[in-house]
Amino acid sequence: MIYLDNSATTKPYNEVMESFEKVSKAFYGNPSSIHQLGIEAERLLLKAKEQMAQLLGISEQEIIFTSGGTEGNNTAIKGIALKHQARGNHIITSSIEHPSVLEACKSLEKLGFTVTYLPVNQYGLVSVDALKAAINEKTILISIMHVNNELGTIQPIKEIGEIAKQFPKLYFHVDNVQGFGKIPLNLQNSGIDLCTFSGHKIHGVKGTGMLYIKKGTAIFPLFHGGEQEFNYRSGTENLAGIVAFVKASRIILAEYNENDGKLNNLNKRLRALLDSHSSIVINSPSSYHAPHIINFSIPGLKPEVVIHALGQKGIYISTKSACSSKTPDESAVLTACGLAKDVSESALRVSLSYHNTRDDIEIFYQTLCEVLDQLIKVMR
Amino acid sequence: MEYDHIVIRYGEIALKGKNRKMFTSRLQENVAAQLKQFKAIKISMHRDQMYIVLNGEKPDEIIEKLKNIFGIQSMSVAIKTDNEVELIKQAALHALQSEQNAKTFKITTRRTNKEFPIGSQEFNHVLGGHLLSNTNGHSVDVHHPDVEIKVDIRAKATYITSRKILGAGGLPVGTAGKTLLLLSGGIDSPVAGFLAMKRGVQIEAIHFHSPPFTSERAKQKVIDLAQRLTEYGAKIKIHVVPFTKLQQKIHQEIPHGYSMTVMRRMMMRISETVAKDRDILSLTTGESLGQVASQTMESMHAINDVTNYPIIRPLIAMDKEDIIKIAEQIKTYDISIRPYEDCCTVFVPKAPKTKPKSDKVQYFEGLIDFSDDLKETIEGIETIDIKKDIGIDKELNDLF
Repeated sequence: MIYLDNSATTKPYNEVMESFEKVSKAFYGNPSSIHQLGIEAERLLLKAKEQMAQLLGISEQEIIFTSGGTEGNNTAIKGIALKHQARGNHIITSSIEHPSVLEACKSLEKLGFTVTYLPVNQYGLVSVDALKAAINEKTILISIMHVNNELGTIQPIKEIGEIAKQFPKLYFHVDNVQGFGKIPLNLQNSGIDLCTFSGHKIHGVKGTGMLYIKKGTAIFPLFHGGEQEFNYRSGTENLAGIVAFVKASRIILAEYNENDGKLNNLNKRLRALLDSHSSIVINSPSSYHAPHIINFSIPGLKPEVVIHALGQKGIYISTKSACSSKTPDESAVLTACGLAKDVSESALRVSLSYHNTRDDIEIFYQTLCEVLDQLIKVMR
Repeated sequence: MEYDHIVIRYGEIALKGKNRKMFTSRLQENVAAQLKQFKAIKISMHRDQMYIVLNGEKPDEIIEKLKNIFGIQSMSVAIKTDNEVELIKQAALHALQSEQNAKTFKITTRRTNKEFPIGSQEFNHVLGGHLLSNTNGHSVDVHHPDVEIKVDIRAKATYITSRKILGAGGLPVGTAGKTLLLLSGGIDSPVAGFLAMKRGVQIEAIHFHSPPFTSERAKQKVIDLAQRLTEYGAKIKIHVVPFTKLQQKIHQEIPHGYSMTVMRRMMMRISETVAKDRDILSLTTGESLGQVASQTMESMHAINDVTNYPIIRPLIAMDKEDIIKIAEQIKTYDISIRPYEDCCTVFVPKAPKTKPKSDKVQYFEGLIDFSDDLKETIEGIETIDIKKDIGIDKELNDLF
């Protein structure tokens, strides 16, 4: 089997599963309980915050553990909007965000908020000038992703952060689900007020993640109840999941440091191979681009047919993003980039992890060629 | 070529004349203790500088640890070479190239070894020329260089350094005696301990614990705080005083307006006894002026009345915001704000006297015999040795 769908989800690290199991069995106390088991669970929770704070160079009070990317994005966007609606009701985001951002924004439109969906250029890049021009005195939130999940485009977060800093009334949220562990993002002095992380994209377990909330930033919580997580996220903490998430974070950052250039090399090789095939169009840009995501199209071929054919040979890739691949429509992201209909309807995505090898790439491409030969004969 | 040394420059120690040896050897001990985990390194002392030979260990982590050691003014990673022109040229080039963002540079040669054939000024030119002809887009700026490359030609070897990293300043912990820190779990007392340590004082801590009115969590909090402080000076002992019985008796026997003052006086008495026992010559508290309740001038006077020991109050004239800043910087703040009650907040009378009168306190205290309770309390003290990584912590850390 060759797994090349790592932006949909990843295989958990063995070490992570070991800790998950150990914590589930040995630290089942509720961190809020007063007795000894509670104390031990709480200590472990505090340790987890401490470790995470160290990894990201932030403070322990700036960490809210969540159930993952969707929760993080919803909490950040709705939390800021509802808390600060007295200041203004305008939100700026881009047209190629993850559905958990786009739909959260749309839901706020129903409550009377106005949302600007910034267009992107053919590479999926948000224009910093257009963003600046969209800010008005009612703007309270900018939400822009770090790395796009379909194309791999890296947005100019640093420049946007500099702009955000000039408007003290405005908060800046970054969806870093795809970027974490692959493309460094500095949270100190970056102008970023909120940042979403997910566990299962970095070889953690499903249902885990984190929202960074910069000190001094107030939000309206989505969950009310037992006042856990500084009252920003009530509900008994998923301690085993939290420890697993922190451990996965530590390992992925170490892998990033140890595998300097590995993903780039795999990406280069795959691009060169795909580029040499006359029926394939590469959609991912070659600059401002994260190396673990390669998006390409085979105009005229239904992408799910290719997926199924590759699947029969034990190779797993995806059409656009897993989160929106249940809708038969063309990719909204590629359409927003202005790509032709036959391109945006036939997009495929390969997404890598540090564990993929050069052989994986070669075998994938060989198999793809075989599959295409057959399909093109039949379907054209 | 690679950075293979760290040069450590002393701060104030350099001024301390005859005591210098005591200061430098203590600093060497402290450095060795904090760097224990780096097995390969070697530390060597010289009159005016200390060198750490890396032997393959990574310098960044070591520098992070060194930043917490008092008595260090600054440090730099260095390349050590023989006193040969070609080798020094190579090293200087490496030093410049490893500063990625530097566009302009300056070379400063110091030649204590006068046998080296080229004079300092001339050698600056030789090296500058070498760097200019082997790099692209760099230029010399002697006034505001992005990076200053220092070449220190000594008797047996030359050290080439570039970036200077500021150390923690202060004096090596252990060169200015020992104090007993009253550690409550609040924001102030760990900062007071930190500042005392910065002036070279070693600390032991005393904490008053009133189970079941105060929880294990409150005690753990104090252990965690002490553990943070070990980053600045090896081991810390915490004396945990079982305070419940004495506190209850005060609560029952002393008029409520005065019970807090009496409680504080008892704490001072107990602290003094512990200090005496352990040959510690002073007490340290986190008190500062202008606070409420127990820290008014009248209150301090009434509480101070029971001891002749010097009470060091490093925070006495500091603003709360500045104290919090330090607490955040030394990473005790997040621990201090954990919301568990300590013994000072249980049994708090509804209306404590903020201006207690000494004679009245003495009168009320005189009506009751506390001596047996004091004795029993002191006998029950539990002493915990806080080292850098203790049992349960290690078990928890392993999960990550």
